[in-house]
Amino acid sequence: MNPTPKSNRKLLTMLILGSIGMFGFGFALVPLYDVLCDTLGINGKTQNTASSYDAVVVDKNRTVTIEFVTQVQSDMPWEFSPKVNQISVHPGELTHAKFLVKNLSAKNIIGQAIPSVSPGQGAAYFNKTECFCFNQQPLAADTSAELPLIFYVNPDLPASINTLTLSYTLYDITDKQAVSAKQGAAR
Amino acid sequence: MSTTTHDTIDTAHDEHHHGAPKGLMRWVLTTNHKDIGSLYLWFSFIMFLTGGAMAMVIRAELFQPGLQLVEPNFFNQMTTVHGLVMVFGAVMPAFTGLANWLIPMMIGAPDMALPRMNNWSFWILPFAFTMLLGSLFMEGGGPNFGWTFYAPLSTTYSPDSTALFVFAIHIMGISSIMGAINVVVTIVNMRAPGMPWMKLPLFVWTWLITAFLLIAVMPVLAGAVTMVLTDKFFGTSFFDAAGGGDPVMFQHIFWFFGHPEVYIMILPSFGIISAIVPTFSRKPLFGYSSMVYATASIAILSFLVWAHHMFTTGMPVFAELFFMYCTMLIAVPTGVKVFNWVATMWRGSMTFETPMLFAVAFIILFTIGGFSGLMLAITPADFQYHDTYFVVAHFHYVLVTGAIFSIMAAAYYWLPKWTGNMYSETLGRWHFWCSVISVNVLFFPMHFLGLAGMPRRIPDYAIQFADVNQIVSIGGFAFGLSQLIFLAVVLKCIKGGKPAGDNPWQAADGLEWSIPSPAPYHSFTTPPEIK
Ligand code: HEM
Ligand SMILES: [Cu+2]
Repeated sequence: MNPTPKSNRKLLTMLILGSIGMFGFGFALVPLYDVLCDTLGINGKTQNTASSYDAVVVDKNRTVTIEFVTQVQSDMPWEFSPKVNQISVHPGELTHAKFLVKNLSAKNIIGQAIPSVSPGQGAAYFNKTECFCFNQQPLAADTSAELPLIFYVNPDLPASINTLTLSYTLYDITDKQAVSAKQGAAR
Repeated sequence: MSTTTHDTIDTAHDEHHHGAPKGLMRWVLTTNHKDIGSLYLWFSFIMFLTGGAMAMVIRAELFQPGLQLVEPNFFNQMTTVHGLVMVFGAVMPAFTGLANWLIPMMIGAPDMALPRMNNWSFWILPFAFTMLLGSLFMEGGGPNFGWTFYAPLSTTYSPDSTALFVFAIHIMGISSIMGAINVVVTIVNMRAPGMPWMKLPLFVWTWLITAFLLIAVMPVLAGAVTMVLTDKFFGTSFFDAAGGGDPVMFQHIFWFFGHPEVYIMILPSFGIISAIVPTFSRKPLFGYSSMVYATASIAILSFLVWAHHMFTTGMPVFAELFFMYCTMLIAVPTGVKVFNWVATMWRGSMTFETPMLFAVAFIILFTIGGFSGLMLAITPADFQYHDTYFVVAHFHYVLVTGAIFSIMAAAYYWLPKWTGNMYSETLGRWHFWCSVISVNVLFFPMHFLGLAGMPRRIPDYAIQFADVNQIVSIGGFAFGLSQLIFLAVVLKCIKGGKPAGDNPWQAADGLEWSIPSPAPYHSFTTPPEIK
């Protein structure tokens, strides 16, 4: 029998190309996922650059509770906590909050905080005009610092949402920062 | 029958086609679809016993609350490797083995379309599994993050052997893709002249659709493990929030592969059951074309339901509802299939030889698995059931009493054709009854454990679960032992037995029954005539 007739060869080529295509599709899911989450604002990621605060009308008739939650990557020798755990704000009102970090080790460490808002659908309405999470946070051995956050809640926040929980996870990026943290963390 | 007796005589004159070569190299170098089919089936059986041994370790540890036999980390390695071995080593190669043996004979082709690729796709598998199983003995242990290898368990917190796990999955994936490509080319290009699409045996149809699923999703799995590899070893951050990635994205990519994968493991079963039920009901299959369409719709829908594994990740309500309804929709074509099988049996003159016993048990028990799946598909209910033993019960009903039972049924049904001898019906029935009783003692109480809140993948549990776990473990040991009867049946049948004749089931329909038993080494070297 003829080992590979022409018709087989053609189909074979198509199927192999199909598999390679699907391998590519697997990777294409990564940007696709980011774009989808971004446009739909569904996975709790907040915007990564400072938003401006002009012509925002404060809605005095409504109060929203903002909770702050902090976590430190499990093997990172830092302490990290909000100065207050919870505040009430009016939508549109510019608010300051402070977070405390302390490097407990005898090494200089660079930290990077990654914010996330819950419920995810509320993330798009949480605007930061200034945040320590926009930058890396180098901290010398055995020192502490106070990190600022300035934010407001967009008055268009759906009526069903009365509480927004802002969670920061702090990661040690001392080793990684050369590689990808810079562009990555900003995403 | 007449079409084929002459073709064996024809080929007897041809030196090259004389029969199987002898010796070990026959198996290493073989490009014969029947040899490769046997290799796959034996490999699958060895993996079934290997994965089974791990399940015995798991059930022994869970026999009592508290930690008695193994370290928690080793326990996790057992659940992980048990799952991987059963999915990629037992179920998938068994289906590929059946495809190799049966598809050419069913469509009147002399062999698979790409015989040398066929040899490769089998022979890379033992290397993959040696690597995977070998990693268990390495310092730091083997994979311990579950067969679903969620990041960051498989990245930040995984053992060094993860690289081996990744390569093993790559090789398994390449093997399945090559197998699938071969099946597609064979079915599309090598059907006997005059065999129309809508007359193909359903096993051929279901495998064709399965092959497309494999080609579509195995590369995505390869992508996922590659990302895990680079995240762990090369500083990328696909799934690492610190670098801008997202661990939830891992779950999306994995289940985009994972849900079609579960259908890869059940569609060929549907084909097998659709072959066996008509034979032993002595009636043609009810609703042939609806079976084809149902299979195709299940395959298409399977791409739209992946997030039912992720209801608790905090998706927007709209997405939860979308995936809930799509998931429930799959029950419709699945129900069509069950209906057709029952309608085929309805008023048939049924007999219950071992293949039929397994087929009937499949229909009943797979349906139970489908029902628990529907319960899991209800989003608010899944918040309660997720990651409990209820899920474990669900997927073992669909995979053990579903996929594995259908493979057993197929083995009994076609063994006479493969070996030329009848298997021992007495032993076969012993195997069936021991299996069907023990499997229910093993998996049914797991539903209750799950509803009562026992989490899955834990080496120890709260005291109130003790009694039921003991029953489950006893069922587990009994089911494990019962499978040794199967080994005895097969060995005995290969050695000898009542000669089977061309068509031992009389009512069996299909080209494979028109050639002698055992099927000659080369069959259909000239295409048969289709009436
Ligand atoms: C009517 C049909 C089915 C429905 C509605 C269904 C639904 C579901 C749902 C909602 C889950 C997720 C449960 C959770 O993690 O909380 C699940 C898990 C699972 N299903 Fe199904 N299913 C169906 C059929 C099948 C079939 C046919 C198979 C395989 C042959 C299968 C294999 C699995 C597996 C392996 C898991 C667990 C995966 C894991 O987390 O390790 N299912 N099913
Ligand atoms: Cu699924």
